[in-house]
Amino acid sequence: MIERFYAEEYGRAVSVLVGVFGDIDLAEEAVQDAFAEAVQRWPVAGTPPSPVGWIITTARNRAIDRLRREASREDRYAQAALVHARDEPVPEGPVRDDRLRLIFTCCHPSLGTGAQVALTLRLLGGLRTAEIARAFLVPEPTMAQRLVRAKAKIRDARIPYRIPAEAELPARLRAVLAVLYLIFNEGYRASVGERLVRADLSAEAIRLGRLLAALMPDEPEVRGLLALMLLIESRRDTRTTAAGELVLLADQDRERWDRALIAEGQELVRECLRRDQPGPYQIQAAINAVHSDGAGTDWCQVLKLYDQLFVLVPTPIVALNRAVALAEVDGPGIALSAVEELELAGQHLFHAIRADLLRRLGRNEEAAQAYDAALALAENEAERVFLQHRRDGLCLRPPHPG
Amino acid sequence: MGQYLLSVVQPDGEPPAPEVLGPIMQRVEALDQELRDEGVWVFTARLHLASSATVVRIQDGEVLTTDGPYAEGKEHIGGFTVIEVPDLDAALQCAHRMAGATTLPIEVRPVR
Repeated sequence: MIERFYAEEYGRAVSVLVGVFGDIDLAEEAVQDAFAEAVQRWPVAGTPPSPVGWIITTARNRAIDRLRREASREDRYAQAALVHARDEPVPEGPVRDDRLRLIFTCCHPSLGTGAQVALTLRLLGGLRTAEIARAFLVPEPTMAQRLVRAKAKIRDARIPYRIPAEAELPARLRAVLAVLYLIFNEGYRASVGERLVRADLSAEAIRLGRLLAALMPDEPEVRGLLALMLLIESRRDTRTTAAGELVLLADQDRERWDRALIAEGQELVRECLRRDQPGPYQIQAAINAVHSDGAGTDWCQVLKLYDQLFVLVPTPIVALNRAVALAEVDGPGIALSAVEELELAGQHLFHAIRADLLRRLGRNEEAAQAYDAALALAENEAERVFLQHRRDGLCLRPPHPG
Repeated sequence: MGQYLLSVVQPDGEPPAPEVLGPIMQRVEALDQELRDEGVWVFTARLHLASSATVVRIQDGEVLTTDGPYAEGKEHIGGFTVIEVPDLDAALQCAHRMAGATTLPIEVRPVR
């Protein structure tokens, strides 16, 4: 029970303590001390009426103890932090949620993406360093080093602990949403072999997405991202076969999609539509809501949404995804001419989509070459198996004799 | 409050033609004055070309002097400004303005 409580409330406790002491390491150590004490005490003395309040108060006292010990060794930072701590009352309960400030600190643009992701999972998700290392397939000392460096930069460069001003907010929020979506995708795209340790990342991203939506109820893109993640997650069990091969959307067993996640995601999409302040995540969520609707995808609707997305995000990747919808509406020939214009030769998806369009046009030799190009670039195991399977299924003319 | 070193990363070689450089220098001077007026300015230095640098080091107890900058590369620090501001966001704001004025990248480093 405490384990679960830890995962849910670690971030809240740390964010309050960072607010009080202005030092992430001190906050983390104190909160860990408090949880260690809870593990000892609660089973015997019973759970306190406000467990979070107890953790925060205990952590604050532990932090002050630590600072006193260090202050006696004439550490001027410790003394400064102690003075700072005495000035501020400890806020308890959800009156002022410091987690929002902590999210913006973790996802500050002066930190690299790897550092942003690791800090967000560590400080807000309460994941242990070993867990994050496993999830990102790097050795634990590498991840530990990454976290140490990132926290040192926050301290030394004085990255502020606050919600950005109005003028900066849109760009800063985009960085936060990008981190959550990256965490989600890392978990979602995990291969079967990796799934045991990585699928939790998607659940964690959704949990943080829900938290962010609760903390920033007036930001439609936050809702859009949450809806997008829920709708994609609803198809997790059907996106690969038991053997680990990718299953295309049209071939998935719709009966096995998670109805509750779809309902929640679609409700969020409807809410976004009523608000009418479209953004990239909201439109992508809407596309996924169309996929989840009824017995089959309404591709005209999807194409319209991609047109809208391309106006906001005119990138070759969006154009490539639009071409998939275009193939369903206007046929693979027209889609292929749209794809050929794109300069995406370094992306496996470009070659995979091109290969599929060529295959549908019966241009099998060219399709085989495109599948080979896609296979040379694809890293995801489920996609590789799928591409190989499709390539093997092509009817190729035998080479001319002699 | 903390101090930050804002370094201008300048490509080596001939400086731009006067008709290009003139307006840039005007903007740089104007920004310099703005930073002073805002009370964040601490110190500024504009440097001669990196090829005018000399490196001095001690090797086996002897002074060894070499011609040119320490770090190899196509860009070097062309000048720097030290500012004093509340946090990194404020420093990045100044760097943003400086990048606009100089048309060059600005490296921001906190001073200990």
